[in-house]
Amino acid sequence: MNVAFINPFINATILLFKTMVHLDAFAGKPALKKQPFPAYDVSGIIGLSGDAQGSVAISFPRLVALKVVSAFLGSEIKIMGSEVVDGIGELANIIAGNAKQDLSQYNLSISLPQVVVGNDHVISGQTGIPAIIIPMTCSLGNFAIEISFKTK
Amino acid sequence: MRILLVDDSSTMRRIQKTQLNNLGVTDIFEAGNGEEGLEILANTTALDYILLDWNMPVMDGITFLKKVRGNGAYAGIKIIMCTSESEKTRVIEALKSGANDYIIKPFTPDAIKEKLKL
Repeated sequence: MNVAFINPFINATILLFKTMVHLDAFAGKPALKKQPFPAYDVSGIIGLSGDAQGSVAISFPRLVALKVVSAFLGSEIKIMGSEVVDGIGELANIIAGNAKQDLSQYNLSISLPQVVVGNDHVISGQTGIPAIIIPMTCSLGNFAIEISFKTK
Repeated sequence: MRILLVDDSSTMRRIQKTQLNNLGVTDIFEAGNGEEGLEILANTTALDYILLDWNMPVMDGITFLKKVRGNGAYAGIKIIMCTSESEKTRVIEALKSGANDYIIKPFTPDAIKEKLKL
């Protein structure tokens, strides 16, 4: 996978955290995903289509998801419920949409977000499309971005 | 000032509402998609602004925008896109379809303040 495709998603995540979660987020070293690889407990997933196809997911441990959505909302959430699910979906939506401006050559469309909640669930990409995991961290804990992308 | 928020994310609507409240705006209506937005428009008078998301289920923002701009009764309402759709082609499409301005998510409270001239 071309690194030029990964950076827009990392940059969009860092910008989103700085602007609306009010935290600095940092990216670790991207790694090729080896199947099956369990994600964290809560994942927001957006499908990508157009002159390329794939998906982007942002995945959090349960406690980090609660804290991040609380910071995003500016109001503490204590229970894993619809507020956290909606918040994680919106974070994924903003990352995917914002990254598109640096990927305009692919004429990408983004799907509505899907959110998966469950301990150590696995995000399965489409067969034949390589997936990259980028470990991320912020002062509230670790999380990850997972990008699966293939040009036509 | 009366504002309608049209966004499928309840989280985003809460963030926008808090920011608007902090700017002194309290007359706020909410819709989760374009269809709900049209229902509120039909039953509400004297709206000043609509903050409009693009990607939503049932009826998306661009369809809603074209329907509203196709109805002269709503000509006085300023519509500001507030969406993660960030490419120039999308911005141009929205402005050509009748949007008055465009905010790209993520945004700061200052962006809302500036675009709504508060």
